[in-house]
Amino acid sequence: MLSEYLERRYRPERRPSPEANLVRDNTAIVGIGQTEFSRNSGRDELDMACEAIKNAVADAGLAIEDIDGLEAFTLERTSMPAIVSALGIPNLRFTSEISFGGGASGANVLHAAAAVATGVANHVVCYRSLNEASGHRYGRGDGYVGYLSEAPTLHYGYYFPFGFLTPLAWAGMYAKRWMHEYGIDPDQLGWYSVVLRENALRNPKAVFNDRPMTHADYLESPMIVEPLRLFDCCVDTDGAVALVITSAERAKDLKQTPAYILAAAQSCPPEQEIQTSYNRPVMSGLPETWYMGQELFRVAGVGPADIDVAQLYDPFSFGALLQLEELGFCERGESAAFCEGGDRIRPDGQLPLNTSGGLLSEAYIHGYNLIAEGVRQIRGTSTSQVEGAELVLATGGPGVPTSGLILRR
Amino acid sequence: MASIKDATAVAGIGMTGFSLDSGRTEYSLACEAIKAAADDAGIDLLDVDGIVTDVSDGIDAMYVQKAVGIDNCTYASDSHFGTAPMMNAVTAIAAGIAHTVLYYRSVNGSSQRRAGSDFRAAKETKDNSLDLIRYDFYHPFGLLTPEGSIGMIVRRYLHESGARPDQIGAITAVCSEHAAKNPHATFYDAPITVDDYLESPLLVDPIRELDCAPAVDGALAVVLTSAERARDLRQPPALVMSVAQGTSTGGELLTSYNRDVISALPEMRLMGSELFETAGISPADVDVAQLDDRFAPLVPLQLEELGFCERGQGPELCEGGKEIRLGGRLPLNTNGGFLGEGFLYGANVIEAVQQIRGTSANQSSTADIVLVASGAGGPADGLILRRQGT
Amino acid sequence: MEYVPGIPILKPSLDADNRPFWEAVRRHEFVLQKCGSCDRYFQPPRPMCPECRSMDTMEWVPSAGRGQVYSFVNFTTDRMAYPAMKIPYSVVLVELEEGVRMISNMLDLEPDDVQIGMPVEVAFDDLDEDLTLFKFKKLEG
Repeated sequence: MLSEYLERRYRPERRPSPEANLVRDNTAIVGIGQTEFSRNSGRDELDMACEAIKNAVADAGLAIEDIDGLEAFTLERTSMPAIVSALGIPNLRFTSEISFGGGASGANVLHAAAAVATGVANHVVCYRSLNEASGHRYGRGDGYVGYLSEAPTLHYGYYFPFGFLTPLAWAGMYAKRWMHEYGIDPDQLGWYSVVLRENALRNPKAVFNDRPMTHADYLESPMIVEPLRLFDCCVDTDGAVALVITSAERAKDLKQTPAYILAAAQSCPPEQEIQTSYNRPVMSGLPETWYMGQELFRVAGVGPADIDVAQLYDPFSFGALLQLEELGFCERGESAAFCEGGDRIRPDGQLPLNTSGGLLSEAYIHGYNLIAEGVRQIRGTSTSQVEGAELVLATGGPGVPTSGLILRR
Repeated sequence: MASIKDATAVAGIGMTGFSLDSGRTEYSLACEAIKAAADDAGIDLLDVDGIVTDVSDGIDAMYVQKAVGIDNCTYASDSHFGTAPMMNAVTAIAAGIAHTVLYYRSVNGSSQRRAGSDFRAAKETKDNSLDLIRYDFYHPFGLLTPEGSIGMIVRRYLHESGARPDQIGAITAVCSEHAAKNPHATFYDAPITVDDYLESPLLVDPIRELDCAPAVDGALAVVLTSAERARDLRQPPALVMSVAQGTSTGGELLTSYNRDVISALPEMRLMGSELFETAGISPADVDVAQLDDRFAPLVPLQLEELGFCERGQGPELCEGGKEIRLGGRLPLNTNGGFLGEGFLYGANVIEAVQQIRGTSANQSSTADIVLVASGAGGPADGLILRRQGT
Repeated sequence: MEYVPGIPILKPSLDADNRPFWEAVRRHEFVLQKCGSCDRYFQPPRPMCPECRSMDTMEWVPSAGRGQVYSFVNFTTDRMAYPAMKIPYSVVLVELEEGVRMISNMLDLEPDDVQIGMPVEVAFDDLDEDLTLFKFKKLEG
């Protein structure tokens, strides 16, 4: 039923051909930069954004004067004019902002690459800066008390009055249904979290670098919104990450091994909402991720089996598992079994996942840290390096209008 | 390297009537405008694979999709300055990422939210913005509204240029003349003379009520596709010769007070030079221009920054209205502009397309090349459209 | 489920697109939005039918409010719960006979007793002078 529903709506013949896609192989990520990832940065987001951008530009071997485009989330608290003034960017010719929170991480890269490929900008910086741990938390149920008296939109009026106003609960509604339909054993969910923590222990920059976790620890972690536990959830973080995108032509002369953009895509399918898309025929899947994956593989001309390492946007462990199914890395309903024991998803496994520790154990920089880790895999500089990594797939947030990209060495 | 020049075209336009109280939701207005634009272009909305809009509007693209029946978007953007999303649409199509992109705006700017003209509304629209901290240097002193913020810059401009009130009033009067023939316009049947302007109350001295474009309720939509495909559609294509943005150091939204010269729009200058360079033309080649007249006193400054006249000559060019009205050297804002039609970025793009098609309520006898500029007083953006075969 | 006194419940914000629904709930009536031409039901409501793209065929029709629990979550700690509601509480997703799904709460049922597939029927909960919410009750038999 799900595939029938999806395929009826997917019309690749109506889309530009892969040959017409100027982003493909003509653009590259040439610089990555970040701040410290912490639970309390003690400074504001503008400060962190500037540090991350300076680091990324220096990493690329460029100067601030070379930057002529900026890309960010609409959620971003720093404003672009403020970044321009703080860094002294002289000629900013292109800006773009994208909604939907973490769903936009790959989309920022896509828009930057499109600007570069069409010559409207030469070097575009994508950035995300947030004090998620010490400042405002998106995920807390009490975040609205004293701030709103009404649900903010027409649609939230159908959710908020029932005590249903946090992303974890919204996702839990899918998780419950998925577990019900496929008979998933709740204990199987934990392996994903365990492997990511192992990766974080090797990554000195990860927030949970010094906090080992076993599968038994997972099972002992408190249930937050049944069926999801504390250790299913990402780690609220303060920090910033920036990426520099330019043309493949210019990339050749820069400092680092370029991570070429083989494909990047966004997706917003029918009946989409922000994690509450409950009026689709089937709820045990993530159509936005399915569409995005179809588009990525169509443009790239590769399939799931060709991917050497994946960085999946994992606000909750279960969100990453469902993506494995939607992207064709395993059959529907089999992702939990795929991850059981962890061997398939460790750095030496069949499909290494989230090698920096992911959003669960490295940092929750809304997917930007996943793209940076993808670039490190291409460069061969990850702390959990996958041998011979040629193709890396990174995704944006599941359950919202999403995006993703495939990087090539 | 590929170029955006002439790669894309506007194939369809649609808008609702503008009013001071629509009595409908922004959701409903958006659906009407989008369907009108698709019908105008002669496309099926299922062909749309990209949507760009403005994040400060009330209705998200994903909800619009649910109602107008757009299945899957593989491109989306919500840039929120002027008509900046148009640049996203153009680059997406030119880069072969999207096939047909919809740009829409929908606001109950008059009846529900005074778009940006009071601080509380601004706070609600972008509550999380760090810009609010910057405002701490202005708000405690009673400088709260856009009219006040831009007034500081206008005062300095009037002081330095010696522009006279009647020269500025000529802009409002010309826009009103144009609006009087445009049934969509809010001030369709209320012509304004220079004398009316001079008698209009000061809102925040030196800004008069008739310097400011009225907030309105309404929606609009634009369909963009490749130039190649546009040729096969229902309407004569308006080819996008170029599209550009500009953001400069020291810039703030309406409060760029810490530059050597504050009576200038360096963002507009940067954007304009990009625009003309990509298009391969000069200001003299432009037949009609839709400039940002949210605040009338910024129009002569734009004329200067975009190279339509020398520095300091803007007020003279506007004087009496002869050069800027229909039939003049450079007809401006032929729909009545934001001053006459109502303040909603995107309406300037629609009027440019009408001129290219030859269907404007104030049609210019020559309208082969039309320029649109938005974002005066902050990050700027614009585009140049041309008629096929010129 | 129980509310914590003194903490406001976030109310729905009404506009022309959803007002008929919430006004009906206030009168203890349950209505759904439907396109009279395509015979399709929609949730959440919208001003245009995405199939026939008509605005004037969208209508509000009475519903018996019967269906079954399609999925649910239980709030077991206060970390993610809304402070106006006493934990544990459950939020259910009900699939109505008309095919649309709606979020709500169960009346007179402990979170541990909620099950997927459970038949339910709409009920009305008058919370204060201004707010009535639609809730669901387990349908016996």
